[in-house]
Amino acid sequence: MRNQLATESLFALSQPGRRGAELPEADVPVKPLNELLPTAALAIEPTGLPEVTEPDIIRHFVNLSTLNMCVDTHFYPLGSCTMKYNPKRHERLASLPGIVDLHPYQNPSDLQGMLALLYETQEMLAEISGLPAVSLQPAAGAQGEFTALLTAKAYFEDRGEKRTKVLFPNSAHGTNPASAAIAGFDCVQLASSKAGLVDLEDLKANLDDQTAVFMVTNPNTLGLFEKDIKQIADMVHEVGGLVYIDGANMNAILGYTRPGDFGGDMMHYNVHKTFTGPHGAGGPGSGPIAVRDFLSDFLPGPVIKRNENAGENGDQYTLENPPKSIGRVRTFYGNIGIVVRGYCYLRTLGAKGLKAVSENAVLNANYLKAILKDVLPVPNGDLCMHEFVASASKIKAENGVTAMDIAKRLLDFGFHAPTVYFPLVVPEAIMVEPTETESKETLDAFAETIRKILQEDPEYLHQAPHSTAISRPDEVVAARHPILQCCEPQ
Amino acid sequence: MPYLFNTSEQQQEMLQAIGVDSTEDLFSNIPQELRLDRPLNVPPALTEMELQAHVSKLAADNVGPGSRVCMLGGGAYDHFIPAAVDEIARRGEFYTAYTPYQAEASQGSLQTFFEFQSLICQLTGMDVSNASLYEGGTCVSEAAFMAMRVTNRHDRVVLLGSLHPEYRQVVETYLKHLNCEVVVVPCVNGSVDPADVDAAMNDQTACLVIQHPNFFGTLEEAEQLTEIAHKYGALSVVSYDPISLGILKRPGDYGADIAIAEGQSLGTPLQFGGPYLGLFSCSEKFVRRMPGRLIGQTVDRNGKRCYVLNLQAREQHIRRDKATSNICSNQGLIAIRAAVYLALLGKQGIREVAELCCQKAHYAAEQLAQIEGLQLPFPERAFFKEFVLSCSEGADYLLRKARQAGFDLGPELSRFEWTDGSGADQTGVLVAITEQRTREEIDRLVTALKA
Repeated sequence: MRNQLATESLFALSQPGRRGAELPEADVPVKPLNELLPTAALAIEPTGLPEVTEPDIIRHFVNLSTLNMCVDTHFYPLGSCTMKYNPKRHERLASLPGIVDLHPYQNPSDLQGMLALLYETQEMLAEISGLPAVSLQPAAGAQGEFTALLTAKAYFEDRGEKRTKVLFPNSAHGTNPASAAIAGFDCVQLASSKAGLVDLEDLKANLDDQTAVFMVTNPNTLGLFEKDIKQIADMVHEVGGLVYIDGANMNAILGYTRPGDFGGDMMHYNVHKTFTGPHGAGGPGSGPIAVRDFLSDFLPGPVIKRNENAGENGDQYTLENPPKSIGRVRTFYGNIGIVVRGYCYLRTLGAKGLKAVSENAVLNANYLKAILKDVLPVPNGDLCMHEFVASASKIKAENGVTAMDIAKRLLDFGFHAPTVYFPLVVPEAIMVEPTETESKETLDAFAETIRKILQEDPEYLHQAPHSTAISRPDEVVAARHPILQCCEPQ
Repeated sequence: MPYLFNTSEQQQEMLQAIGVDSTEDLFSNIPQELRLDRPLNVPPALTEMELQAHVSKLAADNVGPGSRVCMLGGGAYDHFIPAAVDEIARRGEFYTAYTPYQAEASQGSLQTFFEFQSLICQLTGMDVSNASLYEGGTCVSEAAFMAMRVTNRHDRVVLLGSLHPEYRQVVETYLKHLNCEVVVVPCVNGSVDPADVDAAMNDQTACLVIQHPNFFGTLEEAEQLTEIAHKYGALSVVSYDPISLGILKRPGDYGADIAIAEGQSLGTPLQFGGPYLGLFSCSEKFVRRMPGRLIGQTVDRNGKRCYVLNLQAREQHIRRDKATSNICSNQGLIAIRAAVYLALLGKQGIREVAELCCQKAHYAAEQLAQIEGLQLPFPERAFFKEFVLSCSEGADYLLRKARQAGFDLGPELSRFEWTDGSGADQTGVLVAITEQRTREEIDRLVTALKA
């Protein structure tokens, strides 16, 4: 039992005169501030930050942290998010002096170790994707999408073409159309086939000389491999368009097949999903992109180059801007701290390990799907890749129990809920991604729990969860009368 | 491989349950001709011990702060990070959790982000803060997008020439294909003349982007510039240094509509430029047009106070091509660092850090300016913790000499593209002095540069 104080807001804990950090006295001659800065620019009173001690703060945040479910404590089968184990060695290595404390504007001659690491990462990402040119700059997958679309745009403009349309299937991640719109394209949504794949007829009907890019996730958001992907890519290429692979689900195909080999021209990685950067309660991610050679000149800079005959200062590695670069998409070079974790993962696994990741992710997903299919049927596909989308619509029709009810009740049994109501193309969707870092025992226990839940009183399920700190927050009130901070504006 | 759990016996049982003979069969939907018929050509696997030795070697190939004194600035700063920040951020319960979609399973993250929002509001004097964006540079673009939506003016934004040149480049990249004109007001002698800004504004301008203190470290007439923006019906977007708000007036105090910042200074290590933290706050009337994630307070079915992801309908989740942004993630873990940092410093601490930076930077500038051949090119301009130092022998000479003595200054202004001439003909370099720099270090630099 936790006492109430422990999770009171920091502001409620505040007492005038308390402090959590002390600063040394100035060791230089001190002048009155208004001699250094114009009085008009100076604050009239101090900020309204709380006044609390270090132990208050530690107890507060440690107690808050225990209100979270996370991969370190729970099975977290959140489909499409890829919540797999985050190796502890990464945290240690990313914090090494000489890694964690480098300033982005240090002299490149002093950064040869870091640049070597980043260069090697570029090379590995190129090999895994089958696409030779890589930029590590995008801060997250969605920014990678946006960056690649700008790259495509610059490529077309360079060829004197002004193409306006970006196509995507209706099962696409919401970021796909949002990225296309922000990059200044018109969005065209395509239907899915009965099998949950891209509808080739609808694709054909929408392809024309205005098509710039077709964006597709493969395996797609239903966890199915788009088996016609090569034909799809050929159709897009035929009208002069480019194929973008949303790399959100790369963890299913590592070492088995490569976007570059099945017709993709551009892709992004989610380093935090595929290569285990921790999700950090929402980020930071990292979304490097890989593209075909004819697009490399347009990538955002700087990218890392290796000079066989050493550069001007004798540096082997240099930072360079591609000649027709779209420009910058963020300050500095990328979410390097996350890229370092991805590098550590790639170096831990090697070729065999990477293939084993996909093998086990796909095995776990298919196994869980098989042992649940009688109670939670999966409308699309016999075999899935690393995740599957089941539907609770039959259960809902029978006794009113929804996907959300099941999700909430799972929390009582110590399982994080799967993703629900996504993708939108499946009614009462329950999207499960066990990942390769779960054991058969865990999957069996999860399936057993679902069965148990489905036998419970529907009324009891509507009220679930029953054991968590809170239950069924009122989101409608939250949206109608937003309270977005704990104190009145000063 | 230490991360896979199923034994080969278990794998067999599982394959049987699925009804296939081998794992290979699970991939039968990938047509044979699309399969990679060779192992990936990546370096061989390393054990933890080997990896540690390898990465340590790469780290040692960098010349880091162990042997150098960092006086580098330009948007990333070597501020002190109290141990409690790492302690909290290293808790697996925070860093291995996901976006708090299931509120019951994530009250820890949700309350922490809610408090982060509250702390940023107190720091900036703004009404509403989101739960963070990628980093400082992209915040400017997101602010410009938001200003276009709010004002319904989509053709023109005005930036001060004293904005971080990389922020400006990001804006140019983001807006290039939206037919939006990006006007840059020239920066003369380290800051921008409000009269020039007035001349650049018109009633089709969505926003005016001000950086204060600016890229050169000096103060802009932020209050007056905000009034000018409002005169033309444009939004005032202020990019601030979060530490500076310990002593400077806050954007909310002088009527800024959107306040943005690079939050790296608040407890996040330099780590070669990222991940950093985009701080984004605005006045209440624009909240539904704000990009990024927002956490709201509500009650649960038993009437208990709790927190949820709020106003999601305006995000890419629902509105897709009409979304307010394409952002899917935020910088949760870095936001947690900032929340712990701001809580530790509190009202008094943030003021003291700001004062220390300001006092030490002024001491350093005064000492350096007395050296023959070195000048402060903008002597009339007030600055906070960073200033431009120029050298008659050229920036390279200055940097090299400092480097030899173990000091990293910079960046040099000539490394950036200047579209308005702000720093193009400068021989200057930036010098940033944080609270971590000591008088002994500053004096040692002065001695070395005198020699």
